[in-house]
Amino acid sequence: MISDLNLTILFASVIAGAAPVVLAAIGETITEKAGIINLSLDGTILLSAMTAFAVAFETDSLMLGFGAAGIVGACVAGIVALFSIYLGQSQVAVGFVLTLMCRDLAYFLGNPYSRLQGPQASPLPLPFLKEIPFFGSVFCNHNLPVYLSLVLIFISWMYIYRTSYGLKLRSVGENPAASYVRGINPRKIQLAYTLCGGFLVGISGAVFSLAIKPGWGRPQGCEGVGWIALALVIFGGWHPVRAAAGAYFFSFLQVIGIYGQSWLPSVPAQVFQVAPFPLMIFTLALMHLAQKETVLSWTEEKAWIRTLIRMFSGTAPQSLGKPYQTD
Amino acid sequence: MRIELQDIHKYYGPVRANNGISLTVAPGEIHGILGENGAGKSTLMKILTGFIHATQGSILINASPVKFQNPAQSSQLGIGMLYQDPLDFPLMTVLDNFMLGLTDGLSVETDQFRDKLKELATSFGFQINPDIPVQRLTIGERQQLEIVRLLVLGIEVLVLDEPTTGISEVQKRLLFQALKKLAADGKSVILVSHKLEDVETLCDRVTVLRYGAVTGAMESPFDTEELLKMMFGAPPAQPLRKAAQLGASVLEMKQVYASGGRAGLEDCNLTFREGEMIGLAGLEGSGQGVFLRVASGVQKPSLGEITLRGSRIKGGDYSAFKYAGTAFLPASRLEEGLIPGLTMTEHYALQNKNSKFLIPWTQAYQQAKERIKLFRIKGKPQTFAHALSGGNQQRLLLSFLPDKPKLLLLENPTRGLDLESAHWVWQRLCNYADQKVCIVFASSELDEILMVADRILVFFDGRIIKDVKSDETDADELGRAIAGKSD
Repeated sequence: MISDLNLTILFASVIAGAAPVVLAAIGETITEKAGIINLSLDGTILLSAMTAFAVAFETDSLMLGFGAAGIVGACVAGIVALFSIYLGQSQVAVGFVLTLMCRDLAYFLGNPYSRLQGPQASPLPLPFLKEIPFFGSVFCNHNLPVYLSLVLIFISWMYIYRTSYGLKLRSVGENPAASYVRGINPRKIQLAYTLCGGFLVGISGAVFSLAIKPGWGRPQGCEGVGWIALALVIFGGWHPVRAAAGAYFFSFLQVIGIYGQSWLPSVPAQVFQVAPFPLMIFTLALMHLAQKETVLSWTEEKAWIRTLIRMFSGTAPQSLGKPYQTD
Repeated sequence: MRIELQDIHKYYGPVRANNGISLTVAPGEIHGILGENGAGKSTLMKILTGFIHATQGSILINASPVKFQNPAQSSQLGIGMLYQDPLDFPLMTVLDNFMLGLTDGLSVETDQFRDKLKELATSFGFQINPDIPVQRLTIGERQQLEIVRLLVLGIEVLVLDEPTTGISEVQKRLLFQALKKLAADGKSVILVSHKLEDVETLCDRVTVLRYGAVTGAMESPFDTEELLKMMFGAPPAQPLRKAAQLGASVLEMKQVYASGGRAGLEDCNLTFREGEMIGLAGLEGSGQGVFLRVASGVQKPSLGEITLRGSRIKGGDYSAFKYAGTAFLPASRLEEGLIPGLTMTEHYALQNKNSKFLIPWTQAYQQAKERIKLFRIKGKPQTFAHALSGGNQQRLLLSFLPDKPKLLLLENPTRGLDLESAHWVWQRLCNYADQKVCIVFASSELDEILMVADRILVFFDGRIIKDVKSDETDADELGRAIAGKSD
């Protein structure tokens, strides 16, 4: 049975399945780099997934569906930003309430669109590139949102670490008071990147309902992904590329779970659906444990483990969650 | 550039932080602003750099009035400030810190900035590696980076707020050289300090502040007595160090090693006796903090023997240490010492040893009242710990100390305190020492250590590199040891 495993298909589905998680994790990374925690991810993804499907269904335009989802994501993020940056409220409390509210809102408003056949993103194989053996089938035989997720990894890294806009973004998350002295308006920057991150999270929701798990229903199938994306930001040490790597690992676990069902038919299917979540948490805990001093001294002589740990270690932006207050 | 401050007032509610201050700084001048903590120096400088706005009064640059909305505007006009707590980005690299605010647009000419940083730093004799995160620099190096950055911005006036706190003697010399060079180039330097010595060695002119107002000004050469009078009204009395009568051994350490801090603690061997007052000198993070934590049982050493009052004790067992009579006062009052959201009464209730299921509130309240009176804390029993001023927080912490400790360990006991409070703290501690208590304290102020301690240990890079009686040494020798030169 294991011989059925086709590596090309396996990797291609990992890449495709990870696309929305990559988008959400990078979006949240950008937001948190500016020092704001948008905890509402899970609800936002559901609400924007519903919006995307509803808009695309009514207008028969995928682009409008994606756009509307992005705007919904930005709006929810905007609420977090408004309450935390300008009104000094707790980001965690506001984000958490929004999570619950957006979820219920999505189910309520989405009811009429349940279990309908609607538009969905069609595959768009890249000419010539898809002919390359293995690489072509794994990376170049997808639909547009998947390409977007791949390109975004590179672009976000480039933007955050190689441009002066990115430098300003990081500075605000580290020490807004110091940025202010250097002529940067921390609040403006935080607002802008919270909206930007929220937009990406919204797009991520749209990718679910218009591409990965087309259609709307209760459950949609993207429930819980928001929390995973939030965890991935930490897992990735607030680095977009590492967060994306985590997203691919999560997607890998999910795909393996699907294979697992056929390999071990005696095990209930639910086990494989749920397994990626605890496994992900376990991995996160393991990565965190590896930062402990005792473990670090144990790895002293094991160079490759040390390199591995260093690759995945990262520090949170110093003023994460603490909105900038002027005197 | 000539700067004039005219009749600056700044009120915070009923508090008058600045009350009609006027002064002029000429181009090429090093101008000292002297005053003790809370005299209004920092407020005045924040107004000058646009960080806060004056309630009343005006700033004139080259005789034309200006109004700053934010610090960026003032630096555009050529006023740059080096803040007391470095306003930088510890987790980002030196180069990133240097470039921030200087660049705009999508691309960054990294190499160009790297060259510029190197060139300027070398011209002042600073050595900064551009590619390590700023948190790995010492405070002195962070200052150097900031000075270089401000110069690239094209500033004409450099304001430094207490720049010599927490930096080594060598770095101080380097800093002063750099400032003199700037003044010689026609730039103005404003040095804000409460250290008379710094101001006297460096400045051409001094303005003294007290309670938010100017009490006097003087040109170099300075009359120390006169300056002190301007600062304090009358010169403050110093606590007298009495000749110590040493008793039995209180704490002994043999080859103790521990991790933590920047340098950890390495190969620590020593004996402390009853009635001894020991000052721990050294740059911040050179091992004093770890030492105090190991000696108080808060932290477990990785190796070595600790003997407390004649009997071996297992490291890291705080309650056993406490039982044997040690008490530890950490430096970060609100983080490690006090619980911000609890009132003073609640703190005393927590301290209560025979804890019952129900809190004896009346008793705790009574105790709080008594202690507040005894320790002259400005507050009520129901005042929250975080609402107290720094000096009063320190008094509150001192009031928790057991009446008859054997070994008292204090980390920077007077940091951030005004002179009166600091003086009070030392008097209190000297009383303890008279009762044969062994007192060990860490401090970043050499003067303070020389003034109160009988014996001084200098830490460098996790090791004790000097152990001397305080009347057999002087600031110069200690300063060299702090910088790692023990000969």
